[in-house]
Amino acid sequence: MSEMPFRDAPLRIGSWRSFWRRFSRRRLAVASLFMLVLLALAAAAQPLAVRLLGIDPLAIDLYGRLAGPTMRHPLGTDELGRDLLLRLLQGGQVSLTVGAAAALVSALIGTLIGLLAGYRGGVLDRLLMRFTDSVIALPLLPLLIVLAAIDLTKLGVPRALADAEGASLWRIVALIALVGWTTVARLVRGATLAVRSFDFVRAATALGAGGPRIVLVHILPNVASPMIVATTLSIGNYILLESVLSFLGLGIQPPLASWGAMLTDAQELIGTAPALALYPGLLIFVTVIAFNLLGDGLQDALDPRAGQG
Amino acid sequence: MIRFLGLRAVEILVVLVIMSFVIYALIGLMPGDPIDLMITANPKLTAADIVRLKAVYGIDQPLMGRYLAWLRNILQGDLGFSRLYSQPSVTILLPRLGNSALLMGTSFVLALAIGLPAGIAAARRPHSLLDHAINFACFAGISVPSFWLALMLILVFAVALGWLPAGGLATIGDGGFVDRIQHLVLPVATLTLASIGGYTRFMRSAMAEALRQDFIRTARAKGAGERRVVLHHALRNAMIPVVTIVALSFGTLFSGALITETMFAYPGMGKLIFDSVMGNDYNLALAGLLFATLVTLLANLAADVAYAWLDPRITYR
Repeated sequence: MSEMPFRDAPLRIGSWRSFWRRFSRRRLAVASLFMLVLLALAAAAQPLAVRLLGIDPLAIDLYGRLAGPTMRHPLGTDELGRDLLLRLLQGGQVSLTVGAAAALVSALIGTLIGLLAGYRGGVLDRLLMRFTDSVIALPLLPLLIVLAAIDLTKLGVPRALADAEGASLWRIVALIALVGWTTVARLVRGATLAVRSFDFVRAATALGAGGPRIVLVHILPNVASPMIVATTLSIGNYILLESVLSFLGLGIQPPLASWGAMLTDAQELIGTAPALALYPGLLIFVTVIAFNLLGDGLQDALDPRAGQG
Repeated sequence: MIRFLGLRAVEILVVLVIMSFVIYALIGLMPGDPIDLMITANPKLTAADIVRLKAVYGIDQPLMGRYLAWLRNILQGDLGFSRLYSQPSVTILLPRLGNSALLMGTSFVLALAIGLPAGIAAARRPHSLLDHAINFACFAGISVPSFWLALMLILVFAVALGWLPAGGLATIGDGGFVDRIQHLVLPVATLTLASIGGYTRFMRSAMAEALRQDFIRTARAKGAGERRVVLHHALRNAMIPVVTIVALSFGTLFSGALITETMFAYPGMGKLIFDSVMGNDYNLALAGLLFATLVTLLANLAADVAYAWLDPRITYR
């Protein structure tokens, strides 16, 4: 978890130009942004590549398994003879979607809880924050493994829905969001408490502005910067979490692939086909480090007071 | 202070009881139940047998009743019987606890021994080449998936070079001191590399913050040497947040150990939890998860105590 010093003054996003001037000085962050856009475009273009190459990405070809790079298969084939490049791109779609969706849902839940605690204050605040602290204090991965292993049909979810093709993707998004909202909740609560006591908010209250208006117009814009940073950093974390769970067989289920799930099969063949283990892991690594460097750069650009020196 | 500790202890107990119920309920939601497994193992079971078996194991009772019965057993020191190992859970847990403590303890000490000095070095010369290099290395350490790092280490050092064993606790029939150490190298390296980046970054930011304070300028003005300023004046203040965060990171270390132990087939608590959850070994999974929760909560308490102890400005009502 990255710490986010929130000073008592509100952190407004300045004009776009001054933001861009500060951001573009951070060469690593700019390179990361470029890298991520490239990866996302490549992953999104996978269906196009399928049509262009004329290969069925799910077609199993046991005579052509574990083949080296050829013109037809630029990165070779996997243990079932499927094209490795197309599979990596499809895995990228899944990993990036899970990371971004989980970060968005977590941010949404965290914002609601943080606003509720910070704006209402009192007993509700104390209760919600104790709850948040307790969730943070739990051993995350062991619990996620149990949560990922439960049988949804025992909770009354229809079998058809629980076994649907995309179900494992949304299931893992929900699981991550279930434990991931705490960072944003604490951030938003702290900022709300700070902003609430500022004169301009008190003036707005005195002028008769209601709760929703105060929250939307005065508080949310002031917590936008730390939230953008925290959410960017969390995408990287969630891609890591997804890859671990999928690797352990508890995340993305076939025929969907994610980079973590691809590594499960590669583990068995590490001696004969090391390339199968190399590429998906390298892609996870590059994506996560890019999100972390981008978040770090954004923090400097959005909040010049933090992280000086 | 005593009052504060007492309150926190009660709080931990409450969280633990709530979590034990949540975990108990969740385990019951995993696919299949013990009776299903018996039916698969023995197709001759009749419907009457199944009803009788459910009564024997108490599975026909409502959830709350089963939970309370289990809780009573736990409190009497009875962790139940492991289905996978056909032994009492305690006999399985204890040796693995020692193995995990060895793995986690070694990695923890190593990560701190490398990470803290690196963080201090980076903070002393902000924006220097060294600072940027350390910062990038930290980001790399935080961002690398530890299971993949383990795979790559196995690929290089066990498969390609053949220098080190790929997993396990010891070679069967050997188990000498050198053999044990050889089996520890790769798991310890993985867990250390996975946690070192976070510690370094925290140390760097705490040290940079401390070096910006007025009393540092005063110390320099009064002629204190650079070594004394950094190690005596700044470090003591910078350590306060670092100690807290290091104690809080214990839960993360547990998650890392789960992955590392599973990757290297190292018989510790993390692998035990994973195997017992995947193998429907309810009693063992419950005991393991509850233990992991307890240890993490205690580490949090230790963080609070350390904070109060190190910073004389903090008083707890």
